[in-house]
Order: sequence, then C-alpha cells, then structure tokens
Amino acid sequence: MLVTGRSGAGKSTLFAVLAGLLDPEAAEVTGELTVDGRSPAEARDRLGLLLQDPDSQLVMTRAGDDVAFGLENAGLPREQIWPRVDDALAAVGWRYARDRATQALSGGEKQRLVLAGALARRPGLLLLDEPTAQLDPAGSDVVREAVARAVADRSTTLLVVDHDAAPWLPLVDRVVEVVDGGLVAHGPDWTPQLRTAGLVLPVAPGSGAPRVVAEAAGFTYRGTTTPALPPTDMALPGASVTALTGANGTGKSTLALLLAGLRAPTTGRVRAAEELAARGVREPYRWRAGELVTRIGTVFQQPEHQFLTGRLRDELELGPLRSGSGSNAARVRAEELLERLGLTPFADANPFTLSGGQQRRLSVATALATSPQALVLDEPTFGQDAATWRELVTLLAEQRAAGCAVCVVTHDRDLVDVLADAEERLS
Amino acid sequence: MTASLALGPAPDVPLSRVNPVAQLTAIAVVTVVLLTSLDVVTPSVVVLAELCLLPAAGLTNPRTLWLRTWPLLIGAGTVGLVNLLLGESGAVYALGLALRVVGLALPGVFLVASTDPVRLADALTVHWRFPARFAVGALAALRLVPLLVAEFESVRLARRTRGVEAGRNPVARVRLVAGIGFTLLVGAVRRAGRLATAMDARGFDSGVTRTNARGSVLHARDAWFVVGTVAVCAVAVTASVLSGVWDPVFVGG
Repeated sequence: MLVTGRSGAGKSTLFAVLAGLLDPEAAEVTGELTVDGRSPAEARDRLGLLLQDPDSQLVMTRAGDDVAFGLENAGLPREQIWPRVDDALAAVGWRYARDRATQALSGGEKQRLVLAGALARRPGLLLLDEPTAQLDPAGSDVVREAVARAVADRSTTLLVVDHDAAPWLPLVDRVVEVVDGGLVAHGPDWTPQLRTAGLVLPVAPGSGAPRVVAEAAGFTYRGTTTPALPPTDMALPGASVTALTGANGTGKSTLALLLAGLRAPTTGRVRAAEELAARGVREPYRWRAGELVTRIGTVFQQPEHQFLTGRLRDELELGPLRSGSGSNAARVRAEELLERLGLTPFADANPFTLSGGQQRRLSVATALATSPQALVLDEPTFGQDAATWRELVTLLAEQRAAGCAVCVVTHDRDLVDVLADAEERLS
Repeated sequence: MTASLALGPAPDVPLSRVNPVAQLTAIAVVTVVLLTSLDVVTPSVVVLAELCLLPAAGLTNPRTLWLRTWPLLIGAGTVGLVNLLLGESGAVYALGLALRVVGLALPGVFLVASTDPVRLADALTVHWRFPARFAVGALAALRLVPLLVAEFESVRLARRTRGVEAGRNPVARVRLVAGIGFTLLVGAVRRAGRLATAMDARGFDSGVTRTNARGSVLHARDAWFVVGTVAVCAVAVTASVLSGVWDPVFVGG
C-alpha cells in the first residue's frame, strides 16, 4: 500500500504513529491505532522500518554485521543468525560479500542493506518513509528493485509513504492520498497528475554574453591521484539556464564548486566576465566572501548547512548586510523576498523549524537576496513534492528572465526538459 | 591525517590474532610498570620490545608509521625537551621520561592498528561483560566520525556562499571555526537521534538479552601474549635494578 500526498499534509505524522515513534509526551494523540492488536510501540518486534537518511540507519562497519544487528538484539542464538542474514541479503538482491565495508557503499546500496536488516527480523509490517528522498535516480531504482523483490511473495505487509507516487505504483495494490481533512482511497488505475502539467514559465529575451567561464578547469583533491574533475570547458551565459548532468562521480558537484568560486581549480582556470571583476580580480575563488555573494549565488543540496541565524528575516538580511548594503536596504529586500516566496507568515520563525520544501525555498531566497548575476544550484529539486517543484522551477525561470546566468547540477530529467536552455553532460 | 580517521574494518595483521582483551590486559601491565619507574633503563627495554612488534602490527611502511605516531612522537619530544631545558636531573633523566611517553602510548597505537572496532566491542561485551548499550553505542558513533570530517568542509564552503569567512583575521578565524563546530554539533545531535530511532526499530536495548553473532574466543596464544608482556616488564625492571638506576615511584612513598 502507498500513502501519498503533498508536503505537510500529515503523511510523516501518520508514519510516526504507525511506527510507534511519536513521543507520547510531546504530542496529543486521539483515537486508537493498533498493530496486530497491540499498540505500535509494543509491537516493535513485528515492524521493519526504512527511513530517509541511509547514513543514520547503519550501525556496523561491515554489511553482514549490520544485518545481524537486529537478530542479536532479538536474542537469537549465533548458529541461527548467519543463515538468516544470508537469506535476508539474498531477498534484497545483495551483490557483495558479507564483509563489505558499509562506508564504501553508495546511498542506494546502503538503503538496500538497511532493508535487509529490517527483513532479517521477519517483520509482519514493513514501513518505508520516503526511502529514496536523498538518492539520485539510479540509487532510487536500486531501492525500489530491492523492495519489489522483498515483497514479491506478499508474505509481508508493505506500507510506503512518499509524495512521489508514480514510481511506486507498479509495486503496490492500494493507494491512499492524505489530503486536507482526511484520506482519499484511489482506484487501481489512478495516476498522479504530472508535475509539469500546465506549467507556464516566463521566457528570457535570448541568452547573453558568458558570465562565468571554465577553461580546461580540473580539480584533484589533495592526497589523491585520480582527479575529481578532469579538465573541462564550460560557459554560463547570462539570461539562460545551463543544466549540468551526468552519472554520479563524474565531477558535476566539483565543477559547480569551481564555477561558484568556492574552490580553486588545480588545473586550468575559471574566470568571470570583465564587468563582474572585483578589485580587478576575475577569478571567483579569489574574491572575498562579501564580494562573492553579490556576484555568484550558490544553493547547496543540504539547505541546513547554509542557515546561520535564528530567524528567517535575519537569514535574508545577512547576505545584503555582509556585502555592504545598509540595514534599511537589507530589510526592504528581505520583506520583498518573504512576500514573493510566500514565507511572510514565518518571518520570525527559526529556519530549522521549516518543512523541507520551505527550507529549500528559503535557501534559494538567501542566494537571491544579494541579487547575484549568476546562480549555481546543486540538485535543487531533490526530494521536493510537485507543488514545491513547480514553485522552484518558476522562481528559476524568473531569474533567467531577469538576466541571471543560472546553472543547475541535476539528475532531474523533468527539470532539464522544462527549464534548461543548454545541457552539459559530464562523463 | 585521513589515515588515522578511517574507521572502517581494520586490516588483518598478525597482531589481530591476539584477542583485544588480552591486548588491553598487556597494556595495563605495561602502564603500571612504566608509571612506577622513573629511570632510563626500564622504558628503554620496554620500547625496544615494543619496536619488535611493529611488523606484527603491520606498521612497516615509514609513512603509515609516521601518520599513526606523529602526535605521540611530538609529545614525547616535548616532554624530553622541557625536562632537559628546565629540569635539574640531566639529559639521561629527560631521555627516560621521553621514552616513557613512547612506551606508554605505542601499545595503544598497536591496538588501534590491529583491532577492528567491532571485534573490540565483541570482546568487551563477551569477556568483560561491558553493557551493550555502551559498546554498541560507541561503535555506531564511531561510524559517524568520517561523515563529520566531510561535513566540516561542506559547512565551511556553505558559509562562504553566505558572505561569511575569516580572511586573514585570526580572531574571526577562531569565531568561524567555533560557528562551524556548533553547526556540526547540532547536525550530529540530530543525526544521532535518527540513528537511535533506527536502532530502536531493530529492537536494540529492548530488554531481551542480546546474543553476539561473531563471538569472541580466547586462545592459549592470548595468555602467552600477556605472559610475554609480563616477562618483558620483569626483564626491564631486573635490568634496571642490576644496573643500579632503578628509581621506583610508590604511591604515598
């Protein structure tokens, strides 16, 4: 069964109640919910969980030990543990040895391992909370393939909570949507509305001159011999969106860091256009941070890393203040952005209390606050529901129309199709 | 730098065959002997014996050896130098103190180099009845350390994108690092909470007596390892007494 619905609709709360994760002292619970006739907290031994973040679900350094962890906890004698570990690994399609180091696994493979750990305990109910939200498409496929194998014989009840319904449909028998005020059960041939449907974006007058140019720019981490990014040429023209695509490990994010002036290339060079020069310097990585923010804005994959203050309003004023705008100008700019992004009701809230989608919008807003000429975004649409996705795409199209050079590092095919004027594929 | 932070499975070296609790016992013996002797002969013999174990711990490559021991060598050098320059007991005494630091710390380096954290936790819970909550909790936490290192860099870059960096000002630099540290701490606490949830979900610490999938067996060689350590210490003290320099420190004496 799949539970879907937009961000903030209450899916995660439903999940927490089912999994017995709700802190009874921090929440007011009405009604009753039972798993096999018991409260979920007491029925833990019947539940298997797979959550979002692969890194905070693995305990051990070796794959086999990690699957065995749940069986040790259940007090199973040693001679029974390893056969069950092997069964569970086989059930999810594990391709490595039992002593494979967990830290060397990709995100998708880590999730596969967590799933094996849950299955080894032979749960009656398998609960999945957006298990692919932090993974690229290849990793997501790995997880869904593992889940499909695990439940193929229907010996376990499966409940998936995910805003992105379409990829799960082949795996589930029932779909329930959480909407304001209750649940709606959908029929077997239901399909979610396409997120690109009816999207009308402002168009740019035609792309301008290059704002930032990489010339045979490459990067090798200290202490390593293989370059993270082989020498690459690329230009970001004004008033256009350039998509940076390619498989994992091809150096997309590294190239983004070079273009954004966050790292210096170890070979070749990255230069900004003449009119962007600060103190006559055209290499973005040599600019001071205060100079950088008015020229190139960057949005990271993890919005929390970029938040520095305790209030949304302060967060938006920070960039302008740091780059030398007066406090009045900063305040006006912050108000304007809050209004534009529908965040005015949260102006005095702490950025960390926002939902994932709101945090993403805020991190884009903080980059826009200093009106940069170029914008570099790393996977801006990862794990976003359809509504947030449309808002983000519209926002980026507006920046393009205003003449900004936008660069998105992405695996998101829809985003490339709808928004990108040029695609740079790394291999 | 990264070599000492790689917390994955440890490589299999001859010393890995010795059970971690036997190694810990041997470390305790060496520690007691070295802490109570202030002469130069005792630590010399002990350090000499420890150096013979370097190949067994897989520390033959000078570069790996340096990466593992540089803090300890700098510490020992500092202790020796300070005592030489400021003390009144002379160069031999200072050398003795420096050797003592090396002799005390090297067994710890061996333990880390040869022992998988998982095996250590297994041995502690099986033989010494350490609570699983502590041993497994520490293991889970160790896994997160490399993530923290990677996150430090990412948070530093994230601050630059917000117009915050230290430049050449040392005060600003200290404040920046403190700020990054705080962000990392907040992130670590949140991640630890999620990890605790995931561990709970797999029945950790649910009141059922835990079994151990890998087990931990004590062999005769473990006893011999401890006996050997005691023998080396006995030789060291005897040599020291015979050469007339033995200078024991007795508590309260």
